[in-house]
Amino acid sequence: MPGFYKSKGITLTYFEFLNEHGITLLLGTVTTVKVLVCSMILYVIISMIFGLMRLSKNSIIQGTATVYIEFFRGTSLLVQLFWAYYVLPFFGISLEAFTAGVVALGLNFGAYGAEIVRAGILAVPKGQWEAAHSLNFTPAKRIKRIIIPQIFPIILPPAANLTVELLKATALVALVTVVDLTFEAKQINSITWLSAQCFGTALLIYYIMARFALVPFLRWLEVLAARKVGKEKA
Amino acid sequence: MEMGWRWDFTYEILPQMAIATLNTILAAGVGYAIALIVGLFFLLAQRTPSKIFNWVNRELVEFIRSTPLLIQLFFVYFVLPQFGITLSAWVCGMITIGLHFGTYMSEVYRGALEGVSKTQWEACRALNFSTIYTYRRIVLPQAFPIAIPGMGNYLVGIFKDTPLLSTIGVAELFHAATAVGGYNYRYLEPYTLVGIIFLTLSIPAAMWVRKLERDVNISQGKIKK
Repeated sequence: MPGFYKSKGITLTYFEFLNEHGITLLLGTVTTVKVLVCSMILYVIISMIFGLMRLSKNSIIQGTATVYIEFFRGTSLLVQLFWAYYVLPFFGISLEAFTAGVVALGLNFGAYGAEIVRAGILAVPKGQWEAAHSLNFTPAKRIKRIIIPQIFPIILPPAANLTVELLKATALVALVTVVDLTFEAKQINSITWLSAQCFGTALLIYYIMARFALVPFLRWLEVLAARKVGKEKA
Repeated sequence: MEMGWRWDFTYEILPQMAIATLNTILAAGVGYAIALIVGLFFLLAQRTPSKIFNWVNRELVEFIRSTPLLIQLFFVYFVLPQFGITLSAWVCGMITIGLHFGTYMSEVYRGALEGVSKTQWEACRALNFSTIYTYRRIVLPQAFPIAIPGMGNYLVGIFKDTPLLSTIGVAELFHAATAVGGYNYRYLEPYTLVGIIFLTLSIPAAMWVRKLERDVNISQGKIKK
């Protein structure tokens, strides 16, 4: 450990470290990306369904959505993950670690996303509904051509924040034995005890993923959505 | 092994869980207090005139905000001892939570300060109030209500992130549940209890925050009228 302080030693050790364990960390990163993409798809679908259910006039449908949202927003993600992985087998439902992780992430973030979707739909001016109605658009066409294109520019900025939170939250699946970046970092740490290198590299990889891949992608979506309704965005 | 819910086991572990709940509340409270103060420092750093300092601060905040709290916890817990600083799991946990949420808190503060209309500052300038007086009597009393909902949300957020502390060995609720579950090889009751305890604490808290938010919105509407 004292070698750590030597100015030359630190770069040398770090390159050696990357040489030895870089591939493992990258493989972990691939799993993290897989978890992220799967749970992203799941959470987007869930938030749309439950966001719409929240606005239903039927009190049973609305109540179900409210209970779902309150439940998943009221408890900790880690508790939900462990519940999905360790407790569900008690009820005869054994999920693989990856599936349990994705399902828990999707359900948790779906609850937050549903609120965003609900707020987005409510933010579309009432006049737009009325205008579409008075122009005799069919209900399907009204939603598809008038309302949905206007919802996206409203919900995408908060949804982008939520998605970055999702990337950070994927780290938790390591705790239910999914072999992702966090898991690999922990593993390497327990073998080599080069904690600064392990966790420092992991932090950097998460940062690069968020800052230079996920956020630009989400900004691009925002620009796309804004352009679609004729609001140019710089 | 008996499947299904066992009430006797539930009653047996309940006292342990209750004590651990107090630890969770304590962790959330202390973490929140640190976050409130750290947020102030980040806010001050944002408002200094030095461009380089601003840039460093912004990048640091961005870095902390876009990396997982879990790895930050590991980093602080495992790396500091390598530099000769050995802290207990509790202290590490509190520092990390404070830093992580401090960055969020600084955004809340910033938003609140920007929410106070510029004309308020101009009016104070015109009345020849000092900067400190302007902050103390004019700006902060108006900014505070704007900040309340955000501050409340992060209190609930910190509370829900405390289970992460169990990964470095802080004896909070989730840690207790894992320990009890491992000892008896029954995870159904402990983890379910944790969920129920979280729900019973965080739903009223969230409702209270929402009520605050509504009150603030109403009072702000009155200001505009």
